[in-house]
Amino acid sequence: MTEQRVSYTLDSTLETVDNAEQTASRLAADAGFDEEDVMKISMAVREAAVNAVLHGNAYDPAKKVVVDFEKTPKDLVITIRDQGKGLDPDKIPDPLAPENLLKTSGRGIFLIRSFMDEVHIHPSQTGTEIKLVKHVHGTSVDGKEASQ
Amino acid sequence: MSMKISTRQVDGVTIVDSSGRITLGEGSVTLRDTVRDLLAKGQKKILLNLGDVNYIDSSGIGELVSAFTTVRNQGGELKLLNLTKKVHDLLQITKLYTVFDVKDDEAQAVKSFNK
Repeated sequence: MTEQRVSYTLDSTLETVDNAEQTASRLAADAGFDEEDVMKISMAVREAAVNAVLHGNAYDPAKKVVVDFEKTPKDLVITIRDQGKGLDPDKIPDPLAPENLLKTSGRGIFLIRSFMDEVHIHPSQTGTEIKLVKHVHGTSVDGKEASQ
Repeated sequence: MSMKISTRQVDGVTIVDSSGRITLGEGSVTLRDTVRDLLAKGQKKILLNLGDVNYIDSSGIGELVSAFTTVRNQGGELKLLNLTKKVHDLLQITKLYTVFDVKDDEAQAVKSFNK
């Protein structure tokens, strides 16, 4: 299996969210993931793109979203970077806590972590980078991880 | 495919037949506007048929929660009908499956509303 990498620099719009989702779906299918995993990967990418466009760049037309897709023999790795203020993952309320169940937002990162094998969030003063990793079947060596 | 909605009345219950995607933007707005309009007309028994909804994101989930609480706060009831596996699984992992009253038979669902 050959390694592939593609990168897109996109505007802070809802079209970017749709494009990122559709590209993730296509590349995940091409990488051999089954239908359920393709859905999980594309949905995780959609949620990360929504965070970048809405919460990161706040639809600012001067700010861009960079989406990298990298296929290795072991993994599909998607990295999404925005130019916002930086997301602190430790400050995200637990959407499963009883007091948060009926909140109308705040589930995006939770869903991303549920759907991917590894999630790495790197906030900085110049934006947030979130790296999503899905292991190709048979290459997973450990469980889910969520870390800085 | 964007979200499409139509409504019909059965024994005092408004059934909202939905199809497509409930996602950030158009889909979520369509659902919100529909529920708001029904409440404005005094139609507070709402059965949201999601049988043809093939995709929902976290914004769509939030919109379902918003619709549920908005209807309840106005003394009404909103129930869900015919969840696809994707939507069912999403409500399970977000622990919302037990929050919503979920039905899989339309006639029984209509009968279950308070008269």
